[in-house]
Amino acid sequence: MTSFLKHFGGHTGRIVLALVFALPLVFMLVSSFKPDDQIFGDLDSLRAFLPVGALSLDNYMAVFERVPAARFLLNSVLISSITVVLGIVVNSMAAFALSRMQWPGRKLVLTAVIATLIVPFETFALPLVWWVNQLPLLSVNGFHLEWSTGWMDTYQVQILPFVANAFSVFFFHQYFQSIPRELDEAAIVDGAGWFTIYRRIVMPLSGPAIATVAILTFLPAWNSYLWPLMVVQSEELRPVMVGISYFFQLNVGWGQIMAYSSMITVPILALFVAFQRSFVNSIASSGVKG
Amino acid sequence: MLFRTRRLAAASVAVTAATALVAGCTSGSGSTSGASGDTLTLWTHNAGNSVELDVVKKIIKDFNGSQDKYKVKLQAFPQSDYNNSVVAAASARKLPCLLDVDGPNVANWAWGGYLSPIDVSGSEVPLSDQLASTVGDYKDKLYAFGFYDVSLAFFARKSVLGEHGIRVPTMDKPWTKDEFDAGLAKLKKSGKFEYPLEMGTGGTGEWWSYGYSPQLQSFGGDLIDRDDYKTASGTLDGKNAVEWASWFHSLVANGYMAKKSGADPNKDFLAGKSAIQWDGSWNAAKNAEKLGDDLAIIPPVDFGNGPKIGGASWQWAMSSTCSNKAGAQEWLKFSRQTKYFVDYAKATSTIPATDAAAQQIADYQPGGKFDVLVQFAREYVTVRPATPAYPYISTEFEKAAKDILAGADPKNALGQAAKDIDSNLKTNNYYSN
Repeated sequence: MTSFLKHFGGHTGRIVLALVFALPLVFMLVSSFKPDDQIFGDLDSLRAFLPVGALSLDNYMAVFERVPAARFLLNSVLISSITVVLGIVVNSMAAFALSRMQWPGRKLVLTAVIATLIVPFETFALPLVWWVNQLPLLSVNGFHLEWSTGWMDTYQVQILPFVANAFSVFFFHQYFQSIPRELDEAAIVDGAGWFTIYRRIVMPLSGPAIATVAILTFLPAWNSYLWPLMVVQSEELRPVMVGISYFFQLNVGWGQIMAYSSMITVPILALFVAFQRSFVNSIASSGVKG
Repeated sequence: MLFRTRRLAAASVAVTAATALVAGCTSGSGSTSGASGDTLTLWTHNAGNSVELDVVKKIIKDFNGSQDKYKVKLQAFPQSDYNNSVVAAASARKLPCLLDVDGPNVANWAWGGYLSPIDVSGSEVPLSDQLASTVGDYKDKLYAFGFYDVSLAFFARKSVLGEHGIRVPTMDKPWTKDEFDAGLAKLKKSGKFEYPLEMGTGGTGEWWSYGYSPQLQSFGGDLIDRDDYKTASGTLDGKNAVEWASWFHSLVANGYMAKKSGADPNKDFLAGKSAIQWDGSWNAAKNAEKLGDDLAIIPPVDFGNGPKIGGASWQWAMSSTCSNKAGAQEWLKFSRQTKYFVDYAKATSTIPATDAAAQQIADYQPGGKFDVLVQFAREYVTVRPATPAYPYISTEFEKAAKDILAGADPKNALGQAAKDIDSNLKTNNYYSN
């Protein structure tokens, strides 16, 4: 009986927790099919979470009229994907150097890298704007290559400043520490160089860490809002998150906001579900917990 | 192996240094922007707001078609972070030639060197025809002008007020503080409204200063001493201001108003959740459509120093770094045609900036449905302080007002805000440069 109660209590607790986290998403998804009046009318009852009433795709169609949503989605996929791929390469190499290679000052460098985690982005956003505006830019004009100055209003200004990431370096570093050094020594005996050890031994054993860093890099890249607003002026280069503020004008369309939010949340959920097992495994094995 | 490690580390340092060198060599880029030859870039805060954006597009289309020399290219931003975009572009010297600016920010942007004085003499609509609140002056120079203004008012259902024995006030005889408080007490006592008064306390940003500082001014306080704009002490935390703050807090303490209203206060009012709403004229048309003749548009309460509302909405300006100022001036002058003043007001349900435009819109003509809002804008406007310090003052006021609603001691909260504002003024040498 005690065991039954324990199980029952445990399951009930989990169900309640699951509901707490899932219901806002359910509300968002269900409301995206309802007209504004009904969304507000249903707020006082459980109907707010149920697909009942005058359901339609009107909000989704209105989203595409109000915001170039397809273009924004494409931009975000491009920006986030490239940031993730470059981030995995750059940060894992940095972590490899800090974790496996013996050179003077590496502990100091690691400490300095970790120390940057406490600096909030907002404090250096403006200096960063100034900095990227000084960088040389090679662009294609017809059949000619042209040099100019300043990365404002480009894709790369939304990608490159976020490739090197202190948390990713630290995370890879912690994970690499758990891989036996004997593997390196055996490879060195066989004539392997550092890059071979990195590419053929350490990285293939770091699948869960790569998956976790992929998710942790993808999320802020996908959710990026302030930075693109500051450095991108052309609508055709904007990412999805900027689009949500298009709806908070004089005529707030709550159904449209829910439809747009659903559209931009689903890819994130899909990514998390796809990498869920690796994500949990690597968090457990790296000793890094959020 | 150690040798290779060192070589790798040395290479990394070299690459970093080279990057820094290249970046350093490219500093000191050009000081003008916003136009490529005779093609001028224009920024507006209206992304997602098609009604107003369509008017901007129409003016651009007409201008581009009216002559062959200049072309204007539109870039629209969402309003919520438009100011951040402008500040970032200014720091990178990448401002467009033409941009819109919220009225109370004109002085700050002019002082900060973002804007250039403009000359609109010779345009179809003379500047002298405009409502004073739609002209963006700073240090006796014109920096911006607007096509419209907005007004604040109380909205209520006549039937609800009548049912509770509450008088519908007029401009000749607005509500007094006692009358207003007594009305709220009656509405609360009826049990029909959890919160009879809706003042949009769930909003953030400029709404707090725009919406509530007129009430502070009607009590006799203000955001800053307007004699020389050098101190807020004694004005923002003086006796009258503390009285306002105590009253403001009492609205929450007595259950007349929510400490934080819902996400869409106007929807709540139209759904009958509140009896009286303090709101902008931008919702007047929606309210009239829904409530018809039952809608009462009510002047602000006279708290002792007359009814007050804020003034100045979005205006058009030219950046200081514009590389084609002649073209920008041309566009600004071209846009100043009565038909565009009418288009803006019709599209956005705002108050046209000139009488000539108002006469072409039935609702704003004398006796029209919304003429009373024009009267409010003429009679009650106290423009938000035209000082470069305004954005800071506004932020401090918002913080203090939120603290007061949350239960902070009114005198302490306002005293701290005044102290912080004075400190900011002093740090910036009173914005005298």
